[in-house]
Amino acid sequence: MAIYSKEEAKQILEKALSFSTADTCEINLNGSESGNIRYARNTVSTAGHRSNQNMTVQCSYGKKSGVATIDEFDDASLEKVVKRAEELARLSPENPEFMEPLGPQEYLDSNTYSESTSKITPEFRAKVASSSIEPAAAKDVTAAGFLNDSAGFAAMINSKGLFAYNESTRLNFTVTMRSNDGTGSGWVTRDFNDVDKFNPEEASAIAIDKALQSRNAKAIEPGKYTVILEPAASSQLLGNMAGSFNARRADEGRSFMSKEGGGTKLGEKIVDERVQLWSDPQHPDVPSAPWAGDGQARKKMKWLDNGVVKNLFYSRYWAKEKGVDPVVFPSNLIMGGGDASLDDLIKDTRKGILVTRLWYIRTVDPQTLLYTGLTRDGTFFIENGKIKHPVKNFRFNESPIIMLNNLETLGQQVRVNGNLIPYMKVRDFTFTSLSDAV
Amino acid sequence: MKRRNFVQLAGLGAAGAMTVPSQLMGKNIPVEALLEPGMDVAGKKAMADTALNTARSLGSTYADVRLGRYLNQYVFTREDKVQNVVNTESFGMGIRVIANGTWGFASTTNVTPDGIKKATEQAVAIAKANSKIQKEPVKLAPVKGYGEVSWKTPIKKDFKDVPVSDKVDLLLSANAKAMENGANFVNSALFMVNEQKYFASTEGSYIDQDIHRIWPTFGVTAIDREKGKFKSRQALSAPMGMGYEYMDGTEAEKMSGPGNIKLYRNSYDIVEDATMAAQQAKEMLDAKSVEPGKYDLVLEPNHLGLTIHESVGHPLELDRVLGYEANYAGTSFATLDKWKSKDFQYGSDIVNLVADKTQLGSLGAVGYDDEGVACKKWDLVRDGILVNYQAIRDQVHMIDQNESHGCCYSQSWNDVQFQRMPNVSLEPGTEQYSVNDMIKDVEKGIYIAGRGSYSIDQQRYNFQFGGTVFYEIKDGKIGPMLNDVAYQSNTQEFWNSCAKICDESDYRLFGSFFDGKGQPSQISAVSHGSSTSRFNGVNVINTGRTI
Repeated sequence: MAIYSKEEAKQILEKALSFSTADTCEINLNGSESGNIRYARNTVSTAGHRSNQNMTVQCSYGKKSGVATIDEFDDASLEKVVKRAEELARLSPENPEFMEPLGPQEYLDSNTYSESTSKITPEFRAKVASSSIEPAAAKDVTAAGFLNDSAGFAAMINSKGLFAYNESTRLNFTVTMRSNDGTGSGWVTRDFNDVDKFNPEEASAIAIDKALQSRNAKAIEPGKYTVILEPAASSQLLGNMAGSFNARRADEGRSFMSKEGGGTKLGEKIVDERVQLWSDPQHPDVPSAPWAGDGQARKKMKWLDNGVVKNLFYSRYWAKEKGVDPVVFPSNLIMGGGDASLDDLIKDTRKGILVTRLWYIRTVDPQTLLYTGLTRDGTFFIENGKIKHPVKNFRFNESPIIMLNNLETLGQQVRVNGNLIPYMKVRDFTFTSLSDAV
Repeated sequence: MKRRNFVQLAGLGAAGAMTVPSQLMGKNIPVEALLEPGMDVAGKKAMADTALNTARSLGSTYADVRLGRYLNQYVFTREDKVQNVVNTESFGMGIRVIANGTWGFASTTNVTPDGIKKATEQAVAIAKANSKIQKEPVKLAPVKGYGEVSWKTPIKKDFKDVPVSDKVDLLLSANAKAMENGANFVNSALFMVNEQKYFASTEGSYIDQDIHRIWPTFGVTAIDREKGKFKSRQALSAPMGMGYEYMDGTEAEKMSGPGNIKLYRNSYDIVEDATMAAQQAKEMLDAKSVEPGKYDLVLEPNHLGLTIHESVGHPLELDRVLGYEANYAGTSFATLDKWKSKDFQYGSDIVNLVADKTQLGSLGAVGYDDEGVACKKWDLVRDGILVNYQAIRDQVHMIDQNESHGCCYSQSWNDVQFQRMPNVSLEPGTEQYSVNDMIKDVEKGIYIAGRGSYSIDQQRYNFQFGGTVFYEIKDGKIGPMLNDVAYQSNTQEFWNSCAKICDESDYRLFGSFFDGKGQPSQISAVSHGSSTSRFNGVNVINTGRTI
């Protein structure tokens, strides 16, 4: 069993810490049990289970630090790993950016753990696969999917008196449905902390429907179009944008967040004033751990408020250099939405394109946050408030900054990969070429 | 190591940060432990036999064992600072069996008779459980039992014998040269990998292999604060299946390219490249923005390699063609009917693309693959026609062949092996023809060197590629640097526009150190060789934006 309770973890960590004579010592202990099933061609291809436990010890003398790891926790092993970290610290060069461990912190309550998810069995996983495969086969469609679930804990202690513990569970599911004539493809993604919120039949039915509806797509000219982006389509672009909220890179002049003439865009309005972007470890739909790996407390933090940059992340080192408080890297992203459902957004569109997902997204120009990628698994033409027909996939070249400046309507929020993202209608989204891919 | 020290390596990626796959981690070890010999061959054989005998006794019709010790050393620096030196070891055994016509796999770190028996029992139990929902029983192509054999990457200098201080000094010298030459920032890194793996199977093979790979790389950034602009130039090195001798910077392996750039074959001069990179990054700040339109592209091997990887390597993976990767990487436009027709024109008739697991210095070179098949070379595209795919033992029967291509790989003893891309390379032109000859023949073109942004659809039709450096070609002459260049094309159209390929003297390898595939995702390393090649009338877009 790789999952320790708070008391068990604390006991092991205190024992390990007792072996250290270094100036500082910080120890992280993690464990998880995870299982997966993969299927393709309407049959199961692989299934696996993994048990993992690991302890990481960092010791320091002045600004010299060393790290050692181990996966056995008997007393002899604990002493060995601490002594090894100390030896490595003595031998290592000084790190001018080394920061001493934090003292005790106050953390918010966590709601990242679900008992049901921790009890998922191989039979449950096989049933999820069947709930994709059987309805697919009945409709002349082929399913390929992947389900991964995990339950785990993270704990840490240090010589300055800090102790932290969190337990969490997670389930990630994706399925691609392809029509057997090879002309249609649909996809769906779901992720939860609590498996009781997961309905594999409902998810699979959406992907099957998209596969059937997207058959025999028509080619239309690439160009600038009004698009309705499903949350799964915009989430990666938004995540990439959030990744540029790094104070150090902005201060150094090598980021979208750097300003002409020096300085950063902190406090500037960069997108439409309806855009609100924040993180919140306690949000009931997207809970995340209330502390980061170095013990910093996570709390609700605004990134964009009415389109204005409110915060950039500062590592502890960079915050000290700049004389400001550190801002910890977020563990989730929440973008404010509206009341409109997907149907409402479609009804309200005279001419536009509905995008299920964007794929193979790569940076083209970090200066302008320009990205390229393609639509995939369900792209539809909308005319006078109705879906008219499927269209061939497009390549796009677009910046999330331009996208959020061209915002038309915000719809309901949906959880995607641990984040909460709204449906969005955006004008003048740039498609630069057509793809024959289905 | 601490995860937070190791997640994002700012400045190293082609465009922004590079993330080192977490799969590459193992236990942190002291540097001296890299030199420990590990288990001897007799011990490995005894452990392997324990697994094979257990599997047989439990009714498996086939079993293979991979006992792996993976040693990694990574060095990271920025400007005048060492950021991190990491030494890791991962050791354990993976056991794969066929029972009731179904695969089962389990792995263990407990490499003792008891631990191995337990893991083998688990693998058999998984196979039997999954056989209840299996619709396509496994069919393996025959393979010879090789007995006790071994293979080693033919290295001259083992990275494990070179002191860390030498590696740090080399990177810091390169950083210093970049800063002296006008860079504002430089990040550099050295990745070194040694896979010591022992394979045994019920076919009668006991294969001991010692595999080495190395990748030096950097990102140099120049900044114009007044204009709020920045440009980065990445290293023109290639990751290689070589020892530390790759870092020698031997003059005989250097080549001069158009626009006064330096290119490297089987030896790399990181200090010289960092010097050039700083000068070029500064030049890029004021280089002119490309006029979009049709151009004849002259593509240098360290650039073309990535285009080969994405538009030839991936679409010809048989598991993609058959739909096994449909939910992740996607399927392929190169469907079986196109291959069966024997006249599918993948490229122009000068295009010959070969798969090769034996090429010296390449990342994919091994003696035997991860299911005990001796490695070889085979044609994928001959005279422009699609002639074959990449397939392993349980796949080749699906393309009416009875011999595996020997391209099965797993990133670790801990993960199950599956079909991975071999080195896929473009054969050089047969007549004497240099890069200078090629440029002389181009009226309106762009010369592109080095890897850049890349994106391709899930069936590998439509792609868009950037590069590291771009030079205008006008009326047979190389011109100034260009900015904001990306080309968009369709795989078949692109390879059919291949008009000319330089001769063997220009042939070099490009490499991908962290190629990802599968769910859960696994990495692998692969090389792609080519000579500079010309593609006519390719659509170039301008990627500049004003915000």
